[in-house]
Amino acid sequence: MGMTMTQKILASGAGLKSVVAGQLIRAKLDMVLGNDITSPVAINEFERFGFDRVFDRSRISLVMDHFVPNKDIKAAQQTKQCRIFADKYEIENYFDVGDMGIEHALLPEKGLVGPGDVVIGADSHTCTYGALGAFSTGVGSTDMAAGMATGEAWFKVPSAVKIYLTGKLPDFCSGKDVILHIIGKIGVDGALYKSMEFCGEGAHGLSVDDRLCICNMAIEAGAKNGIFPVDDKTLEYCSGRVKHEIKTFEADDDAEYDETIEINLSDIQPTVACPHLPENTKNAKELSSVKIDQVVIGSCTNGRLSDMKAAAEILKGRHIAKGVRCIVIPATQAVYLDCIKLGYTEIFVNAGCVVSTPTCGPCLGGYMGILAEDETVVATTNRNFVGRMGHVTSKIYLASPATAAASALKGYVCDPREV
Amino acid sequence: MIAHGKAHKYGDNVDTDVIIPARYLNTANHKELALHCMEDIDKDFVNKVNAGDIMVGGANFGCGSSREHAPIAIKESGVSVVIAKTFARIFYRNAINIGLAILECDEASEKIENGDDVEVDFDTGVITNHTKGESYKAQPFPAFIQEIISKGGLLKSISEK
Repeated sequence: MGMTMTQKILASGAGLKSVVAGQLIRAKLDMVLGNDITSPVAINEFERFGFDRVFDRSRISLVMDHFVPNKDIKAAQQTKQCRIFADKYEIENYFDVGDMGIEHALLPEKGLVGPGDVVIGADSHTCTYGALGAFSTGVGSTDMAAGMATGEAWFKVPSAVKIYLTGKLPDFCSGKDVILHIIGKIGVDGALYKSMEFCGEGAHGLSVDDRLCICNMAIEAGAKNGIFPVDDKTLEYCSGRVKHEIKTFEADDDAEYDETIEINLSDIQPTVACPHLPENTKNAKELSSVKIDQVVIGSCTNGRLSDMKAAAEILKGRHIAKGVRCIVIPATQAVYLDCIKLGYTEIFVNAGCVVSTPTCGPCLGGYMGILAEDETVVATTNRNFVGRMGHVTSKIYLASPATAAASALKGYVCDPREV
Repeated sequence: MIAHGKAHKYGDNVDTDVIIPARYLNTANHKELALHCMEDIDKDFVNKVNAGDIMVGGANFGCGSSREHAPIAIKESGVSVVIAKTFARIFYRNAINIGLAILECDEASEKIENGDDVEVDFDTGVITNHTKGESYKAQPFPAFIQEIISKGGLLKSISEK
């Protein structure tokens, strides 16, 4: 029986000729990731069980991004603990203030993850790197500690949902609209425990940034991972960044899938997920009665340069609506610098937005834009759960950067084609 | 092993943001985390819960963030086992890795009500609802996972190798 792309990578990582869905395997890891919230728990466990070395100091990434620059004394203590650990074990990929960025934007940008890799990260959005043809999945801190100690992790080989993409995205639509549309269709547990394998000529037409955004939110459908085939665009993106060996895997023609979902990208509309689940999707144009207090443009889902560009093109020469606060957060230092060079930062500030240093901050209700009672936000982030970005009565509408920027201009949820 | 306690019942898609809101993730201290367990959907939970109590959810329990703080907060609050129709996969791994007992059982998830007196026999997977006089059968764990649990968690099993 044929294997899916994910199954092939896992078989290779486990040193096996083939694997089948449901099989429990132990695979070698190319990268183990943690952040300032999950790493302290992992470090505590690593030390409590008496481990005294890491498996490979070049294959561990510690990214201080959630509450960094430190939001309070406790956050500062947690970062300090990570810094001391990184120093002690000479972790090569330790990123702190000045060179850090949001982990899932930073690792691909730095070439630390690439095609064919097996990656675990103590952050649920680690599934992002499937965009580059890696098997990459979120785990908890104990798995991270075990990964740092042994360079291995256990996996149950997933079955897969095939998502066959045709057509081409219309103007003002992006990867965010695609993934929100898919989650709206299959639900927040529509791919529970499974791989979401994207393919078809539509997949090859998508930019790498769109693919990163789509795989980022595979977890929001319950998936173990999302993955795109490796093509010229992938290889071009990885060229000059990825220093380690690139391994290309393809799904077998006779691979088995639990189901196939066909999506014609030409039919995608600017899509918004309404409170309080990412599956509650509607077309942006149906939501113009929803008045908003705040807009957040950034996060591991939508803080890349193409996202900044989409927002800047809409905000250029205009001003956001009175009474709306708009927070723009480039995801990495490189994106931040490009925003300055390309004039986006000036556009944002002139439009009445604030531009922040890279941080996860408001996405998880950490800091840098917490919502008050009954407030409403349009955010380019990934979750709209109760209380996620602030007060339990606040409401989150998830959208693309273009929709978020248009909404900031109008003061209500707005289709970007209407501004 | 037997767990016996009062049921605390919730619905589908209980996410890790309501189990332990991110505003409390500036600490890894188990006791501090437990003080805020379930705060955003059940403000009173920490005052109502007694050692040994049983948490019951619907489908996709523990969805969202990978934060291990979520099963830690539940375990530290005194809950002996979480029963749900299905668990989100990272929560499922985390619970096993830290030694929080979890069971998948459709019938128990549907029939157990808030406050029911429930007993769980982990060896047989039988869940007894004393309040309603019913019993339900949970899916057993695969042997591989039973081994991690019986060794006292993932790191214990690795550090002994």
